[in-house]
Amino acid sequence: MGEFLLVTVQVDMHDRLATVLKDDLANRISASGARGVLIDISALDVVDSFIARMFGTIAQVARVMDAETALVGMQPSVAITLVDMGVTMAGVRTALNVEKGMALLRALVREERADDEAAPE
Amino acid sequence: MTRLLRSETLPLDDESDLMIARGRVRECAVELDFGTLDMTRLVTVASELGRNTVIHGGGGSMLLEALAAEQRHGVRLTFEDKGAGIADLDLAMSDGFTTKGGMGLGLSGSRRLVDEFEIFTRVGEGTRVTVTRWK
Repeated sequence: MGEFLLVTVQVDMHDRLATVLKDDLANRISASGARGVLIDISALDVVDSFIARMFGTIAQVARVMDAETALVGMQPSVAITLVDMGVTMAGVRTALNVEKGMALLRALVREERADDEAAPE
Repeated sequence: MTRLLRSETLPLDDESDLMIARGRVRECAVELDFGTLDMTRLVTVASELGRNTVIHGGGGSMLLEALAAEQRHGVRLTFEDKGAGIADLDLAMSDGFTTKGGMGLGLSGSRRLVDEFEIFTRVGEGTRVTVTRWK
């Protein structure tokens, strides 16, 4: 997986677990120097506004730590329910599946490197 | 004519109660042959409103009812707490209103996921929210 962290959420997320995931990820990004975090939620059949917000916070924390986040595999019924509720997931990058999420992260990291190199010191 | 097929009252005092309640709503929706989307909507509503009961209401209960009308089935959920109540209901029902650092979509978002939505609240006495989803 190289410079990316892959998180697969396999269980029904409760609030405390989501909070623990956020803290764990921040620590793992710091320890590994990962440039990207891929969160696979294809096993989740319910994502409520609390969990959605937690994913947004994770993406923000990762961003501050110089890592990109991609949320992948959201079930169609979950996506429709979130949009119906008015949850926009603004600020969270999403992809259809793990493969596309990896491609997205690679592209984002490459883009940033190009910017870094182009920027005068 | 709406008939009550069965009902069950579940405690909502902490997060593990919330997980159990969500699971029971899921099972009920499956038993009544709700499709994946309707089931997801119902369980999401149970999660949003149940969390309100636990966090804002200081705990309470959820009444889960399986309903039958002429050609359709329904699930009715009633969340009740004896907490502080909601002082400004219009404000609490609006998008983005939050007192506890959430998204502020618990009540307003839940209302969009159900066919019927009713809320009764009195300051100092508590809150009762009843929602029904038909299929």
